[in-house]
Amino acid sequence: MDIALIQAAYIVAALLFIMSLAGLSKHETARDGNVLGMVGMGIALVATLWLSLRDAAWSAWLLIGVAMVIGAAIGIARARRVEMTGMPELIAMLHSFVGAAAVLVGINTFVATSDLVGVEGEAVHLVEIFLGVFIGAVTFTGSIVAFLKLSARISSKPLMLPARHWLNLTALVVSAGLLVWFVAAHSIVPLLVMTAIALAFGWHLVASIGGGDMPVVVSMLNSYSGWAAAAAGFMLGNDLLIVTGALVGSSGAYLSYIMCTAMNRSFVSVIAGGFGSDGAVFDSDVDYGDHRETNASEVADLLKNASSVVITPGYGMAVAQAQYPVAELTAKLRERGVDVRFGIHPVAGRLPGHMNVLLAEARVPYDIVLEMDEVNDDFPDTDVVLVIGANDTVNPAAAEDPTSPIAGMPVLQVWNAKDVVVFKRSMNAGYAGVQNPLFFRDNSAMLFGDAKERVEDIIKAL
Amino acid sequence: MQIGVPRETRARETRVAATPKTIEQLVGLGYDVAVESGAGERASFSDEAYAAAGARVVTAEEAWGSPIVHKVNAPSDAEVARLRPGTVLVSLLAPAITPDLVEKLRAAGVTAMAMDAVPRISRAQSLDVLSSMANIAGYRAVVEAAHEFGSFFTGQVTAAGKVPPAKVLVAGAGVAGLAAIGTARSLGAIVRATDARAEVAEQVESMGADFLAVQMPEVDAAATSSDGYAKEMGEEYNRRAAELYAAQAPDVDIIVTTALIPGRPAPRLITGEMVASMKPGSVIVDMAAANGGNVEGAVADEMVVTDNGVTIIGYTDLAARLPTQASQLYGTNLVNLMKLLTPGKDGELVLDFDDVVQRNMTVARDGELLWPPPAIQVSAAPVAQTASGTKIVKEPEPPKDPRRRYAGMAIGAVVFGAVAAVSPPSFLGHFTVFALAVVIGYYVIGNVHHALHTPLMSVTNAISGIIVVGALLQLGSAGSVGGTKGVVIMVLGFVAALLASINIFGGFTVTRRMLTMFRKG
Repeated sequence: MDIALIQAAYIVAALLFIMSLAGLSKHETARDGNVLGMVGMGIALVATLWLSLRDAAWSAWLLIGVAMVIGAAIGIARARRVEMTGMPELIAMLHSFVGAAAVLVGINTFVATSDLVGVEGEAVHLVEIFLGVFIGAVTFTGSIVAFLKLSARISSKPLMLPARHWLNLTALVVSAGLLVWFVAAHSIVPLLVMTAIALAFGWHLVASIGGGDMPVVVSMLNSYSGWAAAAAGFMLGNDLLIVTGALVGSSGAYLSYIMCTAMNRSFVSVIAGGFGSDGAVFDSDVDYGDHRETNASEVADLLKNASSVVITPGYGMAVAQAQYPVAELTAKLRERGVDVRFGIHPVAGRLPGHMNVLLAEARVPYDIVLEMDEVNDDFPDTDVVLVIGANDTVNPAAAEDPTSPIAGMPVLQVWNAKDVVVFKRSMNAGYAGVQNPLFFRDNSAMLFGDAKERVEDIIKAL
Repeated sequence: MQIGVPRETRARETRVAATPKTIEQLVGLGYDVAVESGAGERASFSDEAYAAAGARVVTAEEAWGSPIVHKVNAPSDAEVARLRPGTVLVSLLAPAITPDLVEKLRAAGVTAMAMDAVPRISRAQSLDVLSSMANIAGYRAVVEAAHEFGSFFTGQVTAAGKVPPAKVLVAGAGVAGLAAIGTARSLGAIVRATDARAEVAEQVESMGADFLAVQMPEVDAAATSSDGYAKEMGEEYNRRAAELYAAQAPDVDIIVTTALIPGRPAPRLITGEMVASMKPGSVIVDMAAANGGNVEGAVADEMVVTDNGVTIIGYTDLAARLPTQASQLYGTNLVNLMKLLTPGKDGELVLDFDDVVQRNMTVARDGELLWPPPAIQVSAAPVAQTASGTKIVKEPEPPKDPRRRYAGMAIGAVVFGAVAAVSPPSFLGHFTVFALAVVIGYYVIGNVHHALHTPLMSVTNAISGIIVVGALLQLGSAGSVGGTKGVVIMVLGFVAALLASINIFGGFTVTRRMLTMFRKG
């Protein structure tokens, strides 16, 4: 009866998780979705604790209690404190924990069942362990590198080792060989060797991907962490883990796919790393003409006389923490009857939906924050576009210059507006290393300096 | 430098290349301006007004002898002879239609700039006389039609009976067409318009007219050529367009045709039969009469009345019929050109052939023929052309052979079957669950709102902390294992449970924090 009840609890929890994800797809239901997820998790935990501790010693109770209390304390504290601009780092770090847990659970499973030689399905079981540990290890180090890159503790430039594709391939082939050895010998040595290789593989995989591809990487790691959980479910024969892992895995994969489409790049080329790795050379000595500089009071005048304004933020807004002044500017303009909207490129920032979170934090109503496709057709009727810390996502070369390395990437067509003001620290190229002809257009003007200070200047001038 | 503005000599020309207002601006750029006596007479600008604006009123010889000559029309042969070598001549030249003239100018050593060869890029709009003149001509076309039309344009109900509104069909919704639509609308007529470019429907509708689309969706995209003008259409299109016009002709009172492709004979839109099907008293204005006409029976510069009483107006000087305004706009276009050519604002003209606008307009210089100019793409940045041509342009990948995909699927199925055959039944049970969950995950996420990607990710993150279940089960069973093994399991399980708990609690908390921030405005 116990087992049946626990199974029932797991099914309920799995359904709640599905409903939670479904709820997260709309603003109106998102909060309920989160609550459903918590309830599901609570049910799953209670059922598991019951299953695990029915006839365990008090020491197990204590261990579990201590582990979970410490974990909860750390997790909640971090989650409360984190800045919204630091969200990508937090999420990357959380991914690494899932990866690490998967590795530990996998090795533990092997240790616990190592004396069960000759049982039916033993080979399948060993393969499950092996895969679970492999995916977990790749997720673990990959996420750590992503975390370090996002928090700027290491350079976000892609690491370009010679013959890096061969290194990756070798790691995979050697791991496959170790799998054969592992199943045949039933020894922990190949498992540990493979773990080391997978850790290095995960590190290298993400190290060779540049900062601008981080939205894809983060959602890819999200997907991996799901697959790692699913693999753990297989090795433990636990359907709840399988369902949850598969849900997270496939949703993460789909998110990565959306991000890749938004950059017009194939998933493989993002994972293989590095822009321009196909040997294309960008000549920087092309004469693009002169850019025009403007100042805060001119921009303020421009905004005063505008009837519709679109703001297109990018990673630079997050770096400068400019979301609060931007929100204030928006509120001021809306009071004057100016139609202000936001155009968000799918890969703006370092996390899928990063800009939306920042703007929400600054209390910008979400119904004026629009997606690229919703706003692109409106640019010709827009008086002023403020490009705040975005570069490649508003680059007309993507649409017009077939030789550009970012050719074909869908971009926000801000240059169709009457006036474009670009907030930028300097004339440096964006992440893709491609010069942006937008800056040299007759209808665009550059406003140099820290985006936050400049926006504040404009608010003063208004 | 001195700019000479001679009197226009072409028959029926009333415009002049400079007005008192534009002369003030030219003087401001550092130029001396010499206007031939009487040049502005027909545009209602007196010599005194020119003098008051800062110009010298001079003889024809002196005006033609200036180093820069501004004119409206292309010079006649006699006038070309008056130009000194090295003179910069700016006027309408129609270089595509009159290569002889371009050749004569080249032979004369004149630097000739054609105001009607301004590239259609946004930067050059301020010098585009074709647009400014077409605007005036479109207005005037409707005024001419109203003049000949024996009824009101607007509908009225009077004591003496009801007057139905006139129906106006405008063929071609370019600058002239849109101006005609606006004018006819403001006179109160019901206006319909057609154009080969489906994308102008919005503009037409914004002017208050109904857009009549030629039902052929697949050619829409091709109708705008790379230089921003309409281009010639295929036979099938023309056939369907003709059906449309034939249906409209008997219904409408006024037809204004504006279909003109630069440098080509005008396309024939309205046939004799269609004209014959119109009501007596109807008026057609053929704005393309100079290039052969859109309407069968139209005569350039003439007004003809057909046997069934339809008036066909073929005036080619519609813009010149509003001489004051036309001169002002033309003159302003010239001033904008001179601003471009006088970077120092010092009265010194500098030609920069790196500028596509200047290069495109210049048809001859120092005995060198420069027409036709290198092609430029209007819709692309000028940079795209100057960028080095050595970059590798990726070939589009050929579509994959579907058979290969099916073969791949078949191999996958066989491999899976083989694996399944040797697996224990419990594995297949789990695998079923797994496969279904993958599909559910895909569909659940499929329509997620873009803005919620981050909360979604953090919630999935929290959920994947479910791996804690594994750690908990192991911790629970560790006590029964005993020995070093038990200790190892306990330590590993403890760390795993701790990490996964951070995930669960941290993920849900941060998601909640984020979601409370999203609010509707």
